[in-house]
Amino acid sequence: MSANGNGADDSDESRDADAGSSGGSTASTGREVARRLFAREFNDATYMFKESDDELAPNYTLLPTGERANRLFFVGTLTETEDVGSDSEYWQGRVVDPTGTFYAYAGQYQPEAANTLREIETPAYVAVVGKPRSYETDEGDTNVAVRPESINRVEESVRDRWVVETADQTIERLQAFDAETNDYAQMAREEYGGAISSYREETIAALESLDVSDEPMPEDEESSEIDSDLT
Amino acid sequence: MPDLQSHAEDIHDQFADQTDLTVEEVEDRLDTLVTDYQVPIDEARRSVTSTYYDEVEVDQDSLNDANEQRELDSITTAEEWIDVTAKVVELWEPRSDAIGQVGLLGDASGRIKFTAWAKSDLDTLEEGEAYHLGNVVTDEYEGQFSVKLNRTTTIEHTDEEIEVGDNTTEIEGALVDMQSGSGLIKRCPDDDCTRVLQNGRCSEHGEVEGEFDLRIKGVIDDGNEVHETIFNQEMTEELAGISLDEAKERAMDALDTSVVADDISETILGKYYRIEGPTLGRYVLANEFEQLGARTDSEDVLITARSL
Repeated sequence: MSANGNGADDSDESRDADAGSSGGSTASTGREVARRLFAREFNDATYMFKESDDELAPNYTLLPTGERANRLFFVGTLTETEDVGSDSEYWQGRVVDPTGTFYAYAGQYQPEAANTLREIETPAYVAVVGKPRSYETDEGDTNVAVRPESINRVEESVRDRWVVETADQTIERLQAFDAETNDYAQMAREEYGGAISSYREETIAALESLDVSDEPMPEDEESSEIDSDLT
Repeated sequence: MPDLQSHAEDIHDQFADQTDLTVEEVEDRLDTLVTDYQVPIDEARRSVTSTYYDEVEVDQDSLNDANEQRELDSITTAEEWIDVTAKVVELWEPRSDAIGQVGLLGDASGRIKFTAWAKSDLDTLEEGEAYHLGNVVTDEYEGQFSVKLNRTTTIEHTDEEIEVGDNTTEIEGALVDMQSGSGLIKRCPDDDCTRVLQNGRCSEHGEVEGEFDLRIKGVIDDGNEVHETIFNQEMTEELAGISLDEAKERAMDALDTSVVADDISETILGKYYRIEGPTLGRYVLANEFEQLGARTDSEDVLITARSL
């Protein structure tokens, strides 16, 4: 069959880079990007969907600002941890950002994250990579939470960077919301009603909360606003 | 069931003016692979296409004339017949008797892998020398492009000075994951092998006494794109603040090499980095990096938010 031996020589170029792990089976391009969004938006994102009927197709959370998310990255203050499991350990962590609280749950299948939650002293700045999950409460409401892949203690500067980055990317989504080709915005209108102004307000408040702590000179804001090319 | 016929038609069209094969023949071949051997359609397509290339090679001379002279980094589609002028940056040991020569070509724009088939019976390329290569065909495997030299390829030595570019790129974002094969690893000690051992075994040389090395295979994510990056020993020592000797000691004390990866991930995960280096396949090989602190443009972002 493959008389030209493609299979045999393809590892040549990767020998330096990757002779070790599972060869071609980890499709690099297949990894889902980690979206940046504030807790407030995340907790509103109760609608989950798949792009295909395939049982193994990835689950996506529909963001109210018109994007899909299979993974998210956030940095905030871990304020409380608690083992809420009954039979086995099941750790809940509350991670607070300027707009609200992310709830992360880690059990036996997330051993590293569970370890971190068990051992870390609160409060602490943490960076979390995780997958969105939704579940129904006894009252029939849908709640969302994060299943963490990793939780790591970080410095305050990382958290500040994340707030600005997340504001930036939230704004980008808001700016793209009315584009005709934005299918996820269309979906968000259908599922959530399409009221997005509160996310803009939360974003502004989040950025202002940074300004207060870092630059206690509000008049700077005024002047740079005039100088700026931005409309 | 995938639509084999339309795949067959595509392949047929590609070769229609060079051979007299029929759509049915192509479909038959595809069907054998897909139905009898459970080969995924993409792979089947690739295999069948290669087969026809091999056949076409024989009476290929007609294609020699109107090829485009191309820069290596412009090669972004498979199965194009092109000419290149490039220097042989590196030659590797062929893994199979079917391969005459395999290695890396470079020009000012970048580098690309090349393969010459043994049966094409071509002149031998020398490392460090530059050549005009006429009528090579591009190929793609898992997103990585290469060129194949074939029976119709013309090889002409040139004294042209070729400065080889190194595809340097810069990526930045949060380090969101560390892949397996990171931390304290063992490599095959065989000359020019350096493969990473799995359970003490080299996939080429079997059970060997490995040599310790440190590396990080990290995932950098900026919220829009994902990049993979590799830190070699030197870069890993700098990034994670642990030397190879310290790492060996840690592993010795714990009777387990995986503690090193755990230590490293605790140090680096969730932080922001800017990384610069050449790309090799899907990886950016970190030559330089810096950890990123708070952004200085929060004012601008705020202004944009208010103006919405």
